[in-house]
Amino acid sequence: MTADASSVELAANSRKIRPGRILAWTLLFIGGLIMVTPLLYMFSTSLKTAGQVYDLRLIPAEPTLDNYIRVLSDGRFLRWFLNSIFIAATVTLSNVFFDSLVGYTLAKFEFRGRYLVFLAILSTLMIPTEMLVIPWYLMSSQLGWLDTYWGIMFPGMMTAFGTFLMKQFFETVPDDFLEAARVDGLNEFTIWWKIAMPMVTPAISALAIFTFLGNWTAFFWPLIVVTSPENYTLPVGLSSFAVEQSIQWEMIMTGAALATIPTLIVFLVLQRFIVRGVMLAGLKG
Amino acid sequence: MARIELEGLTKNYGRVTAVKGIDLDIEDGEFVVFVGPSGCGKSTTLRMIAGLEDISAGVLRIGGEVVNQREPKQRNIAMVFQNYAIYPHMTVRQNIGFGLYTAKLPKVEKEARIREAAATLGLEDLLDRRPAALSGGQRQRVAIGRAMVRNPVAFLFDEPLSNLDAQLRSAMRIEIKRLHQRLTTTTVYVTHDQVEAMTMADRIVVMRDGRILQVGTPVELYENPVDVFTARFIGSPAMNLIPGMAGEGGLRVGETTLEGVGPHGLPNADVLVGIRPHDLVINGNNGGRLSLSGVVTAAEPLGAETLVHLDIAGTDVIATAPGKVVPAVNSTVTAHAAPGSLYLFDAKTEKALGRA
Repeated sequence: MTADASSVELAANSRKIRPGRILAWTLLFIGGLIMVTPLLYMFSTSLKTAGQVYDLRLIPAEPTLDNYIRVLSDGRFLRWFLNSIFIAATVTLSNVFFDSLVGYTLAKFEFRGRYLVFLAILSTLMIPTEMLVIPWYLMSSQLGWLDTYWGIMFPGMMTAFGTFLMKQFFETVPDDFLEAARVDGLNEFTIWWKIAMPMVTPAISALAIFTFLGNWTAFFWPLIVVTSPENYTLPVGLSSFAVEQSIQWEMIMTGAALATIPTLIVFLVLQRFIVRGVMLAGLKG
Repeated sequence: MARIELEGLTKNYGRVTAVKGIDLDIEDGEFVVFVGPSGCGKSTTLRMIAGLEDISAGVLRIGGEVVNQREPKQRNIAMVFQNYAIYPHMTVRQNIGFGLYTAKLPKVEKEARIREAAATLGLEDLLDRRPAALSGGQRQRVAIGRAMVRNPVAFLFDEPLSNLDAQLRSAMRIEIKRLHQRLTTTTVYVTHDQVEAMTMADRIVVMRDGRILQVGTPVELYENPVDVFTARFIGSPAMNLIPGMAGEGGLRVGETTLEGVGPHGLPNADVLVGIRPHDLVINGNNGGRLSLSGVVTAAEPLGAETLVHLDIAGTDVIATAPGKVVPAVNSTVTAHAAPGSLYLFDAKTEKALGRA
């Protein structure tokens, strides 16, 4: 068979539509539709007036940006938005720093009790958040952290999941790189920072994405620990918005639409790492 | 540049002793190659010299100073690793310059050193590339550049050519050798490839089971191996070993008795007779001291010569034939060994008994 003939056959094979493929695409399309529809309705409702909210047409009859102007001109929304940005960014930076440092130590240093420490960290993954909320609250209360940013942030400043993820990834970094740096005269901290960290950027990106999104959407713990409206995060603020305004859906949807902007930015900037991150993590997404 | 002295150097991993008290003096400017099979302790020894492994017992001196307790950075040595260990997130310039990271030198001086190393290694046009855009040989040159730029007292190479293909390995061997001749820096090189050891070393250190078996120049090791292991390890193809009997009447090998040949004082002792393939020649001079007949099991024509695999009384033996002579498989041929080309070993201890 000539090369031309074989390539023609290959092309024909790739064009052949198999029933399995049709089924897969159909399921994916339905799944995609289920995921996207609420988002589309969110944006659609945010462009409607109060009277049009229960008109379920996807494209509003008279689209308006009034809701956005009202939400953005309300000082509270901006405050909650900035609170959320600050908290999510701080917790993300903290996780990237501390989880990496501990993960690196567990992956690359031999010391007595190493596996015990690792097991102890891992075992905390088995404790549900609901069980921890009361001890966290008591601790915050005793230490004067209630109704503060630090009160919201401290439980998540370092996570067992992040430590586990980073440890697994640092184990794939060949020791030769670190030893070469040792011979070149670097101290251990600089080796971690200058050599090891740049070699695990996919894991750092995955960790950063998960941590940021997790903290951006966090609702339960911030709702409990914070009482003053000026310290609310965006999800907590939006929920109070609903109660106070006797459920003004167009306003809530506008707030929610604005709240998705940072997550969209994170996704667009880091999307090539997201798939890899989900594959690495294996259990989150 | 510095002299490196190993005195009773020992490395224990729990109950396992990987290096068993080795003694060695490496002269200033010398190129010493540690060679031996996997697990013989050669890399562990190198890593102890580098400071990457703690020394369990013994003394290590570099430049006359005991350095047992010193960190790698305090020993002023440079090391090149098997997988190059050049940082993928840095350019060639940054990688080479990284060797100077802790050196308190002005920027201009650093750049000058980087350029000098790059020029020496032919990397000038690649300075802004990242390792992913380099070939295996270029990556290894970058690793050597990073080592060179610091002007260390010694270079340590840990199987640096193992990841390269045969052709590139051969070219890099020559490059490293030339570099050593130019820089005359003390070099310790670890390999399991005896060809690398033979072609590059001033002296070869043969190791096995954590001990040094023999130290010598390539020719010394080739001509006077102390035991069967070294004899077979050095030289390619490996030395043939044929069982024989040494007695009062001489040396008996197969059907042939060589009168007046053999170690004295060993009446009727079992010996192993070693013959290098290049000393066992088919269609050679019939006046050879030893003639052995066998059935050809395979022939490997290499152009200049042909390696002929023979079955001689149940023992596999490799002989050589002139390039154009390719004996037929299953034919019977006779190979001859010249006087003085035989090596005798005690069959029990495998220690060398001398030449014949």
